[in-house]
Amino acid sequence: MDPLNTLWETFFDWDSMREALPEMLTVGLPNTLTLAVSAALLGSVLGMLLAVAGISRTRWLRWPARVYTDVFRGLPAAATILLIGVGLAPLGMQVWGPNPYPLGVLALSLIAAAYLGEIFRAGILSVEAAQLEGARALGFSWGEAMRLVIIPQGVRRVLPAWVNQLIALIKDSSLVYFLGLLASQRELFRIGQDYAANTGNQSALLLAGLFYLVLTVPLTHAVNWLDRRLRQGRPAAPPEPETEPAGLTPSGKDPR
Amino acid sequence: MTTTTSVSLAVRDVHLAFGAHRVLRGADLDVARGRAACVIGPSGSGKSTLLRTVNRLIEPDRGDVLLDGRSVLRDDPDALRQRIGMVFQQFNLFPHLSVLRNITLALRKLKKLSEDEAVALARAQLALVGLAGKADARPAQLSGGQQQRVAIARALALRPQVMLFDEATSALDPELVKGVLAVMADLAAAGMTMVVVTHEMGFARSVADTVAFMDAGVVLEAGPPEAVFEAPEHPRLRRFLSQVL
Repeated sequence: MDPLNTLWETFFDWDSMREALPEMLTVGLPNTLTLAVSAALLGSVLGMLLAVAGISRTRWLRWPARVYTDVFRGLPAAATILLIGVGLAPLGMQVWGPNPYPLGVLALSLIAAAYLGEIFRAGILSVEAAQLEGARALGFSWGEAMRLVIIPQGVRRVLPAWVNQLIALIKDSSLVYFLGLLASQRELFRIGQDYAANTGNQSALLLAGLFYLVLTVPLTHAVNWLDRRLRQGRPAAPPEPETEPAGLTPSGKDPR
Repeated sequence: MTTTTSVSLAVRDVHLAFGAHRVLRGADLDVARGRAACVIGPSGSGKSTLLRTVNRLIEPDRGDVLLDGRSVLRDDPDALRQRIGMVFQQFNLFPHLSVLRNITLALRKLKKLSEDEAVALARAQLALVGLAGKADARPAQLSGGQQQRVAIARALALRPQVMLFDEATSALDPELVKGVLAVMADLAAAGMTMVVVTHEMGFARSVADTVAFMDAGVVLEAGPPEAVFEAPEHPRLRRFLSQVL
């Protein structure tokens, strides 16, 4: 048999794809988005807390943040998801019932937070010390200066890296299938895998892959556009002759 | 240019060391209410550090800082800094905010003004430094001289009782210096208590009520500009003036 033909039939069988498409759209896509968006939000909040703890002058904040980052960055994502999802399952059962999503989201957030914390920390540290001095001189406390002046600038500088992490998160969300999903809880990858297992044809997995690309590729381009825009600011107003402060000597010109 | 309730300022025997490096070795400075003092001296003599001990961006190891005769070293530093405006060599405007937002940020968050009040005050302050039309620009779209005038407007909007200027014109192209110095001269004429660290000897001579010469962490000589410039007593000051004038 022609190997290329086999490849084509195994992965590009339109009928298999068409069969899987409705369930991917109505079940898989919403579930993947639910997992990824919740984990992105929680992970970003936790990551920001880690970043601030990581640059704190208090050793008792800096040190735990360091250890946390090393551990959760160093473990395979699958291991963390199993550790949290299975390890905390009895607790989760009491709080949420037999739903693996809360623990799945928690595990994904904890992993993302380790990476995002380092990204945010790098962004914050890249903001010039003079900005902090300028804010403190106005009377802002360290916390206010961080929140209002330093962090907004630092985060802008690392937006592309932040989106990279969200892309990783969208893909990692497929790993929650380890925790055992009801038919209605399956996300894109699991649905593709089920169709592949039932029919022996891998095309549904390829379809799942296309869904991931549709989610991730526009995200990359959107952030590049946003990054450019933030760097350059909005289109500048046409330069106008500089006006002079009131009550100056006529010679006090400041041409530009 | 602004109605202020300025205070007198006194720095008493301030010492500060960074490790083994003694930056301030007992510096003294007196500025009467509503007067302007210019601090001159060679690079590394401790001028900028002295300025930062006044609003406690740097805490002195020893000595005292008094506003209207009362020590401020045990005050809440954030509240103290709201009473003391500071302008930096590199402006330190917030690049991610518009000119207007740069000014309204502290008004809204620290003075708890409403959005409308803050914007009105900020626009009035911008008009006073001749930049009413630049409210919506980003700092990066302005010339250095314009940025520094925004920084001055930002500090003045908080109605400070003392203004500190740390080489406010040193980073500017020569043709932009005049506009900034003019704003500072107006402020001095309006009765703001000011400490101006500067290399602009012409400004010191014409605007300052007191000129203080710093060298190696102490104020070696201080007095009215005529005395300091025309009849310097200390040999170090004479040597310095012969090099810069």
